[in-house]
Amino acid sequence: MDKVIRYHSVRLDKSRCKGCTNCLKHCPTEAIRVRNGRAHIIDERCIDCGECIRICDYHAKIAVTDDIAAIHGYPHTIALPAPSLYGQFRNLKSVSPILDALKLIGFDEVFEVARGADIVSRAIHQKLREPGLPRPLISSACPAVVRLIQVRFPDLIPNIVDVRQPMEVAAMIARQEYCKKHDCLPEDVGVFFITPCPAKMTAIRTPLGQEKSSVDGAISMVEIYGALRSFINKNVITPTKPQATGFGLGWAASSGESSAVCPENSLSVDGIQNVIRVLEEIENEKLNDLVFFEGNACSGGCVGGPLTFENNYVAKNTIRKLVDISDKTHPIESVPPSMMTKYPLYFDTPITPNSVMKLDDNMAVAMQKLEQIEKILENLPGYDCGSCGSPTCRTFAEDIVRNFAGEMDCIHILRDKLKVMAQQMVELAQTKRE
Amino acid sequence: MSAMIHAVYPVKADDYTFAGEASTDIKRKLKQLGVDSKVLRRVSVASYEVELNLVIHSDGGELIMDVDEGGITLISKDVGPGIPDIQMAMREGYSTADEEARSLGFGAGMGLPNMKRNADDFSIESEVGKGTCITMRFNLA
Repeated sequence: MDKVIRYHSVRLDKSRCKGCTNCLKHCPTEAIRVRNGRAHIIDERCIDCGECIRICDYHAKIAVTDDIAAIHGYPHTIALPAPSLYGQFRNLKSVSPILDALKLIGFDEVFEVARGADIVSRAIHQKLREPGLPRPLISSACPAVVRLIQVRFPDLIPNIVDVRQPMEVAAMIARQEYCKKHDCLPEDVGVFFITPCPAKMTAIRTPLGQEKSSVDGAISMVEIYGALRSFINKNVITPTKPQATGFGLGWAASSGESSAVCPENSLSVDGIQNVIRVLEEIENEKLNDLVFFEGNACSGGCVGGPLTFENNYVAKNTIRKLVDISDKTHPIESVPPSMMTKYPLYFDTPITPNSVMKLDDNMAVAMQKLEQIEKILENLPGYDCGSCGSPTCRTFAEDIVRNFAGEMDCIHILRDKLKVMAQQMVELAQTKRE
Repeated sequence: MSAMIHAVYPVKADDYTFAGEASTDIKRKLKQLGVDSKVLRRVSVASYEVELNLVIHSDGGELIMDVDEGGITLISKDVGPGIPDIQMAMREGYSTADEEARSLGFGAGMGLPNMKRNADDFSIESEVGKGTCITMRFNLA
């Protein structure tokens, strides 16, 4: 197991946590435990999908992103708006007002991530037509899904398409173009992604498929929403002209990527539990006739990210309307061929399995542990109530074997034990009286 | 062998509600044991295939998994109806699946050949009226 210190955007705000079991139940990698009345996130297991942020009624689960003030740390700044940002504002006739508003709140330049998506679309489109690659190829766009595969479906890692995320491609081009135009040093330019989710923030700090991210930081969409709102529809003398096609823009919602890279034979699935069910099918080789699989951890795709403000269905509809009025040239024509070699578009580091589910490095020991788990499980009630602090009776049995919990943490076992003890005490008391 | 995992999964005929649960549990166990992902993939495919075969074609039976340090053994035993012509059944594309199964996307006639392709050792015995027994072995390098 790699011992790298893992950065996580998703964190716990201890002061708000009530120690309830809601987040336990919804974590797709069983990464949360409640101990001593507070939730704990197991670093090695967390994939930063943000399901717990969504489910926590007490707002005790938070996503750490960069403060907008972080842009003052650079002489020059570029905003990289994720296309899902456009879904946050209703009644838009164009994306220009959003690009202008970003400049008005302090960014020197704006570069649409949708443009990066155009280039990535062309790269994946090309990749899908290469012979000898596994089927289906799996999108690498959603970092939470890639990390889910590392943890729960390591055998599907070879299926992940090795093309970088649109955010990364956009950052490389944005920085280079800016430096050329303004004659400045690359390190003097701060490139900030406007993110709908914590998974992207984590992907900047601990990149997937590449040594180092080209992005300097991420600012949460919901944080910047208020500021942007007040600047939208301010009259600008020369509005910023959007350059992405409708295809790149469409990446904001589920199936947008698929329709850009392989409309004829792909499957797009949104919502992490749904993604898990389909990955099971792919693992069983029941979807080998499929060319491309697009999985988005969030319901509706990126527009449903935990750091968005607008209802995801409304946002998806807004995106659809914007796509309708956008340039309809397909990226294989709109993106110049020179672009495909000018920047590194592919992974330079392999995606490795995260073997956190493994009970022990030694298989014989792992087998003994598995046997113990099955034995403990026989004595557990099977209510999966979460009162012990583990999400299910099975994970509780695992936790006992891993020495993270004791049998008496199960309130049902404890109650039964107490009943027996009480009975024994009564019997004891009666013997004395005779 | 110092340690051994033995698991038995009863599989009912025509029960699509539970179909696939045995192979899901097998996969989970093997991941916990840290079985190499390439071997895991082959076991996943074969176990799902053989479990669905029990549901679709047999009169019910059981799936047994044994794991030792050398590898994984999957045994599928059913109580009938038995395969009259094994050679024919092993042919790719040959299927006796009924309408119900086909409408669900099964019965492409790839089941047995697929199992054989994925296992390191594959054997099948069958007697009409008695039942079928399939044994598959997957070696751990």
